[in-house]
Order: sequence, then C-alpha cells, then structure tokens
Amino acid sequence: MDDKKVVEVLKILEDNARLTPKEIADMTGYDEKEVEEIIKAKEEDGTILKYKTLIDWENVGEEFVYAIIDVRVTLTREKGYDDIAKRIAKYPEVHAVRLISGDYDFQVVVKGKSLKDVAFFVAEKISTIPEVRDTFTHFVLRSYKEEGVLLFKDEEDRRLAFAP
Amino acid sequence: MKRTGGLRLPRRISERVDSIKPSGIRKFFDLVMGRPDVISLGVGEPDFPVPWRIRDEMIYSLEKGITSYTSNHGLPELREEIARYYKKFGVRYVDPNNIIITTGVSEGIDLALRALINPGDAVLIPEPAYVSYKPLTILAGGEAVTIPTTPDFKPSYELLARFAKRCDPKAIVINYPNNPTGVSYSKKELEEIADLAIEFDLVIISDEIYAELTYSGKHVSIASLNGMEERTVILNGFSKAFAMTGLRVGYAIAPPDIAEAMLKIHQYCMLCAPITSQIGALEALRGCEEELDNIRAEYMRRRNFFVKRLSNIFEIRKPDGAFYAFPKIEGYGLSSEEFTERLLMDKGVAVVPGNAFGDCGEGYIRCAYAVTMEKLKEAVDRIEDFVKNL
Repeated sequence: MDDKKVVEVLKILEDNARLTPKEIADMTGYDEKEVEEIIKAKEEDGTILKYKTLIDWENVGEEFVYAIIDVRVTLTREKGYDDIAKRIAKYPEVHAVRLISGDYDFQVVVKGKSLKDVAFFVAEKISTIPEVRDTFTHFVLRSYKEEGVLLFKDEEDRRLAFAP
Repeated sequence: MKRTGGLRLPRRISERVDSIKPSGIRKFFDLVMGRPDVISLGVGEPDFPVPWRIRDEMIYSLEKGITSYTSNHGLPELREEIARYYKKFGVRYVDPNNIIITTGVSEGIDLALRALINPGDAVLIPEPAYVSYKPLTILAGGEAVTIPTTPDFKPSYELLARFAKRCDPKAIVINYPNNPTGVSYSKKELEEIADLAIEFDLVIISDEIYAELTYSGKHVSIASLNGMEERTVILNGFSKAFAMTGLRVGYAIAPPDIAEAMLKIHQYCMLCAPITSQIGALEALRGCEEELDNIRAEYMRRRNFFVKRLSNIFEIRKPDGAFYAFPKIEGYGLSSEEFTERLLMDKGVAVVPGNAFGDCGEGYIRCAYAVTMEKLKEAVDRIEDFVKNL
C-alpha cells in the first residue's frame, strides 16, 4: 500500500468522514477499489478509530457541562502514570485524559449533565483514587473552537458573483 | 453663465478609450441579482479567507499607526523577501532593487506595457487570455496581436513565429498557469517561447500570479531559462495564493532598465502600494508555507473531483494549475454566452463565457472551482441536469 496515498485518504476522511470511496477516488485520482482497500485496512489496523460528528449541542438546546480537572498524583513502585491514567479513563463521564507537563500530572476533561454531576463525579471517583494527591476543577463556560473548528460565525463570503 | 463649447460633448471621451469594449461579463451581474440560490463558479477569487496571521499582522500595524507612504519601490524588507522567495521558481538571483511592489498584478501589467510600448508597437497575446492584456496594450498605444491557441492552449514556437513574422512585435504577454484555461507550460514549452523571444528580440511579460497553485509538477519561471532574465518582466502577487485579492498587492521583477522605467510610471500614478497590504504580504512570505500547502492540496482535490465529473459531460483538458476548468460546450447548439445565460437562469449556476477571454474562447465556458466541495458537487449536478435537457 502506497504510504502517500494512505495519508491523503486519511486526511480527506479526517475532515469529512461522510465522503464515499467513489468521491474520494474522484478527488485524488486514485482507483475506487484502492480507496476502499485503504479504508478497510486502516479500520482494521486501528488507525481509523471511529467516525464521529462534531455537534454544537447548544444549537438544539441540549446543554452539557464540561470541566477540565488538573490532577496531581503520587507515583509508587506499583503504580505508574499509565496505571492511574487507565483507571481514570475508563469512566464514561471522562471525555479525555492527557499526561501533561507543568504543575499537574494529568488533564482530565469530564462531561456531565450539570455542575453538580461533574463536581460529585470528581469528588467521588477521581479524588478518592489513592494515588491522587489533589485536583483542581475548571468549569468550561463557553467554547470557541473545538477540534480545529470555529464555533462562531463572524465572516461571510462577500465575493462578487463574477470576477475575471 | 457663458455658453461655450457643447458641440464636443458627445465626443469628449478619448477615442482610444472609446474603442475598448467593456468587459463581457458585466451583463451577467444583473442576472444574478436577487437570486440567493445561485452557486457562483464565476469568481476568479479564492474562497479561503486571508490566513489569520496575515490579517493579524496588518491589524497590529494599524494599531501602531503604520499608515504612511512607503518608498516608491515598496518596503525594502518585502523586496528582499521576494528576492529570496523567487528562487523557488528557479530564478537564481534577484536584485531587490529590480523589484517594484505594485497594487496588484493588474498595475504591474499596465506599468510593463506602458514602459515598453511606442505608438503602434505590436504586442503578442496568446489567447484565451486574462481580460486586461489587450485593453491595457491598446491604452498604452500599442497594437494587440491576439493569437488563438485552441484547442491545446499551448503557444508553440511555430504558432507564435507565424504571427511574429507578420507584425514585428516588441513584447509577448504570457500567463501560466493560465486564467482561464488552467494550462501551464513545461520547461520544454517555455524554451520554445524563449527561442522565439531571442529570435524576434522580444520582451516577455510573464504573469505568474497562479504559480503557487500548480498541481502537476512545479512552476518554473521563464526568467530562469538561459538568457531570459535580461528580457523578462515577472509579474506576481498575493491575491490568489494568499487570497489577498481586495488588498491589491503584487510585484514586478524586471531587468534594471525596464524596472527603472516602470518605477517612473508607478511613482506618478500610484506612488506606492498600500502599506498595510505590503505588511500583510511580508507576513504571507514569512509565515504561511504550511497554510499554503494545505490550500494547494485542497484545490487539487477539488480540481480532480470537478474535472472528473465534468469530463462525463464535456470535452475537457485537465488543468495543471490555477482554479479554473475550461470545458468545451460546443455541440449543444448554444454560443458561450447563451449557454452561460441559460445555465444561470435555469439552474442557478454562474460561469463565465469563454469568449470573455478572446474570440477563440467561443465554444468554451470558464468554471472556477474556488468553492467548497459541497457546493462544487451541487453545481456539477445542476450542470449535468441542465445539459441533459438541452
């Protein structure tokens, strides 16, 4: 499989997962069969993890509360970063877990229905992990950009309909 | 009040200006008015916004109150950056003193033609060509000798020489990747033009505004060929690659004597290019390579998709660059203008009739694929539908 072609197909899919192999083939000039094979292979080997949709839930009145939790931990011989991270990551309420540099060890993004939901989750499930020394919770008030996509619209196409 | 004159009123416009036809696409403007469903493939302008870092630099410069004139030449930092940048297209060395920052390539074309032409001098213009070359040649007092390059859109040596022998031309205007055909020239094809330039002692005015948007191979400036530097005026700018159309900033790289002559005109008619735009241009060259790569890749995908779909409907040559497809619409019993008008009225898709780019463009339409993939898909569906019912 041609690496360059794989990367090009993945780039296109990353931006728009709804394109069909036929459309991707037209966009790249590759063979449709080849595109299908690339996608299949990359789904199987775990390169393509999941096809998702980026949704602005506020638009339909569904509100979620997001919080970014800075977590500081104590490491022991038995429990390293990976062990602790995995334990946190397995909760469905947890949206993301990242090992970070700086004052804290992990950045955990938690998604919940309400402020209380999130606060109790942190208090009951994260702070109580023996290796967790302390946590610092930041509630997200508004999001302006997610996954490289602007969540506000302040520019429009002002071009004339005809220009030489 | 004294009543004098009056008789001259109907003839007060210069005959030269009067002889120039207004742009052929003007009438279509009225037709799209008030039609929100129109998908326009008629725009020779990128749909990407100007990269934010360019805009941010310009805003910052305004905050600092940098709003004065620059030297006639343009900002020295920008000219140095351009001199370095143009090596990318094969030109070994550019002296920043031979660069003039212009208000877009449009001004550069005007300056070059006015700097070179004596009354009656012939200028070769291979067509289909960008709309301004011919009128600006006439305005400069020259004679525009248009050369049809259909159907392959390549100005071969034989073709050019046939015309050159008849009119003893002073210059030739080339544009590649080409607006409206999207065709670019290989090094071998450029060598043919170079041979002609030497044989007939021509100055080459090379409009390379779409150089960055080259998808097949790499853009090579004709000035990089042996002996061409001393007879080539390179014109380029920031409108297409960096979407800075309304900011009006471009540049000319010319041999010293021509650069000096062009600067003379520039200093009287323009003084200098807008400083804010020059600052934006500097940032474009310094910090936007990655964004440019992404933009180029996206255009290439659109080109592949669009041309593939169009080729099911029309005879079409795969464009090498720019963001135009130029399919042949002959065989449907409609002229370019009729086709354009009916496509617009029936299906709400705006394109430009090929004859806007010269008589030999008759039988073609120009479709710009500078719209999102979704719109492009919709547009090509509508075109397909339209043609089916013809």
